[in-house]
Amino acid sequence: MSAPAGHSDVVIVGGGLMGCSAAFFLRQRGLSVTLLETDLVGRQASGTNFGNVRRQGRPIHQLPLANRALASWRNAKALVGSDLEFMPSGHIRVCYRERPELVGAMEDYADKARDEGLSLELLSGNALRDRFPFFGQDVLAGSYSALDGHANPRLAAPAFARAAIALGAVIHENTRIIAAQKSGEDFVVTAGDGRSFRAPILLVTAGAWGNALSSQFGEPVPVTPRGPNMSVTEPVPYAIAPAVGVMTPLEEETVYFRQVARGNIVIGGSTRGPSFPDQYRAYVKPENLLSQLKHIRRLAPELGRLNIIRVWSGIEGYMPDSLPVMGPSGTTPGLFYAFGFSGSGFQIGPGVGETMAELIATGSTDIPIAAYDIRRFAAG
Amino acid sequence: MAEPRVIIVGAGPAGTRAAEALVRAGLRPMVIDEGQRSGGQIYRRQPEGFGRSYAKLYGTEAGRARDLHQSFEALLPHIDYRPETLVWNIADQHVWWANAHDQDAAPFDALIVCSGATDRLMPVLGWHHAGCYSLGGAQVALKAQACAIGREIVFMGSGPLLYLVAAQYAAAGAKVAAVLDSAPASARVRAAPDMLALPSVLWNGIGLTLALRKAGVPVLHGVTPVEIRGDADQGVTGLVYRTAGGDTREIACDAVAMGHHLRSETQLADLARCAFGFDPVSRQWLPQCDAEGRSSVPGVYLAGDGCRIRGARAAEAGGQLAALAALADLGLAVDAAERAHLLDAMADYARFARGLMRAFPWPQHQAASLPDAAMVCRCEAVTAGDLRQVVRETGAREANRAKAFSRVGMGRCQGRYCGLAAAEVIAAEARVPVESVGRLRAQAPVKPLSISTGEDAA
Repeated sequence: MSAPAGHSDVVIVGGGLMGCSAAFFLRQRGLSVTLLETDLVGRQASGTNFGNVRRQGRPIHQLPLANRALASWRNAKALVGSDLEFMPSGHIRVCYRERPELVGAMEDYADKARDEGLSLELLSGNALRDRFPFFGQDVLAGSYSALDGHANPRLAAPAFARAAIALGAVIHENTRIIAAQKSGEDFVVTAGDGRSFRAPILLVTAGAWGNALSSQFGEPVPVTPRGPNMSVTEPVPYAIAPAVGVMTPLEEETVYFRQVARGNIVIGGSTRGPSFPDQYRAYVKPENLLSQLKHIRRLAPELGRLNIIRVWSGIEGYMPDSLPVMGPSGTTPGLFYAFGFSGSGFQIGPGVGETMAELIATGSTDIPIAAYDIRRFAAG
Repeated sequence: MAEPRVIIVGAGPAGTRAAEALVRAGLRPMVIDEGQRSGGQIYRRQPEGFGRSYAKLYGTEAGRARDLHQSFEALLPHIDYRPETLVWNIADQHVWWANAHDQDAAPFDALIVCSGATDRLMPVLGWHHAGCYSLGGAQVALKAQACAIGREIVFMGSGPLLYLVAAQYAAAGAKVAAVLDSAPASARVRAAPDMLALPSVLWNGIGLTLALRKAGVPVLHGVTPVEIRGDADQGVTGLVYRTAGGDTREIACDAVAMGHHLRSETQLADLARCAFGFDPVSRQWLPQCDAEGRSSVPGVYLAGDGCRIRGARAAEAGGQLAALAALADLGLAVDAAERAHLLDAMADYARFARGLMRAFPWPQHQAASLPDAAMVCRCEAVTAGDLRQVVRETGAREANRAKAFSRVGMGRCQGRYCGLAAAEVIAAEARVPVESVGRLRAQAPVKPLSISTGEDAA
């Protein structure tokens, strides 16, 4: 028995990590799914981000979602049938000497996080440097999460897409959506080439393009497209276990790095670049790379002896309050959103897909998502 | 009006002649070059203190080499010359350069990219063993350092460089074990009419073959390489190949120089956001440009082998033409007769180059039959089997997609050496035309850039 052509229980627009994992978990729950992607799945923010599988630093109310996601990361091979290169090798967030007040913030965060199941170890001075000798003298203290780590963003969303297809999902790549509307009981989603897709449930996981769809249902949101500033070194013998990041109020100081099993050190952060959703391209600005290198030398001076072999970027969508849009529409029954995660979306990705599938299939979820309601941007 | 700021990247034949034309028009271009000394690759100069003669270094091309070097020396007071300097990115009308001491962004009104070429390589089982070089690499060792890459060397592949480098090695006293050309002899016959466009160059090529035969070097055509034998301790120990007649033979050697003609270095054109098109004759994606070297991006000009593989003489003419195009577009006077003469000459060079492509075709069928165990991407140790598995299991049909999943072309050369062969492997496995596989997008930095770039000298 198959549904009429172009009809399914759920249509998902946007094939990033959120959309692909939602398709997978919806199929696990037995709903028929059609996912539509403008280009290839996982090519923009989901595929070009740093690859942090990091819970610490998230709002405390987001930790249940992050914990749910972590279970998927740990179980990824059995879940989706391929290796996402998840390395549960720890994550450390550090602050500099000139901002001693951040040590108090770290302690305060660790206290609250413990109640949500995230245990953090605070280190400073010699204890920090004995354990992580690569830190420079400017580093004052760090907060270490043993169970976090990092994974390969290039592999994650496509792996969820293939696993969803294996469970019966239909995924159309190279399918640009130009219109979406509700007609009777169904949403009708129309592609640029004239094909249309119908379903009683529509899930928008379109990242930087999310507003283009939410606006069609009277819910415009201020998504700002940007591009991450990513670079990678030549491979060197494996020596750095944790993913490392800086806690600071300044964007240009916010750099991070991780070493993959192959030996390359992936570096991200400092000033983000512009991106061009209409042209489907994003570029690393040369001056932003130099700024990143300057701050990396301060964080870990020995890295100054290595070479950068490549930079990359992708199209991200940022919300003004750094919280995503996730949950049901405020205007249209059957319409759901999960976009605007950039800056901190990769780790929670599989949790978002699982939670959206739960919400769509059962009508509710115990995971707290009220803070992400799209109605916070409603006029008046 | 302020003097137009013109930047030339590369100080080989194209860059030198471009600079000369600009200086003649009264401008002072900046010339940025990776080399220690000007000359580029084919007219690469030996380091200071080496005393080999022009005749010894450049053979039949000694006169041209001397002329080019002297022209560049004469330009030095009139140009802003930056040797040993890498242009690592281009953005917002600036080139970003870096060298061992300093870095900066230089603004330009016109940019002439003369980025040259590298060897086009077709993988062979065992080509990752120590002692295996590209033909160009083998030539650099000899020309710059007066070193041979081994004691008994097999030269393998196809293209004019195959015969030139083998003959240079033989003349320098190295033992050339064999020259194994994968192109069938018949291809040369079919290509002869086009190659008659430049009789003297054709004659030079024939002379190289005769010299090799006279020196007792076996020269075979229509050869298919099977395996470069070797191990981690000794490096290359021998080569197994199949003759045109179908016999499998083994030859002992301790070094192999290989390559199939050349490929354009197009990363800078890509970073400058020039449009590219697929060239079915060379089976390469090349930046689009008009007969004078104008790219699709206003103010960006392309010349020499970095744009189209047409050889050193065409590069000299192309550099000069691109400079004239830039001058005309900047509103400066250009000699119409000079331009017309250069365009005529370029037509002959283009015809000859087409003949060479046909005489020494890229053996794409070798990619399809490459054993699974053969390394395709040496930087990242990705085998043909790894790549085929990714194509089969993930459905990746496009070069960048296959790179994302398999790491092919993701290493420090960014696919410059494996990208074309990897595209053929993907196309064969997916049974799609190679042009639909596309090309690896260039990413900065063009070559590895130190993390210490921009650090204040303490």
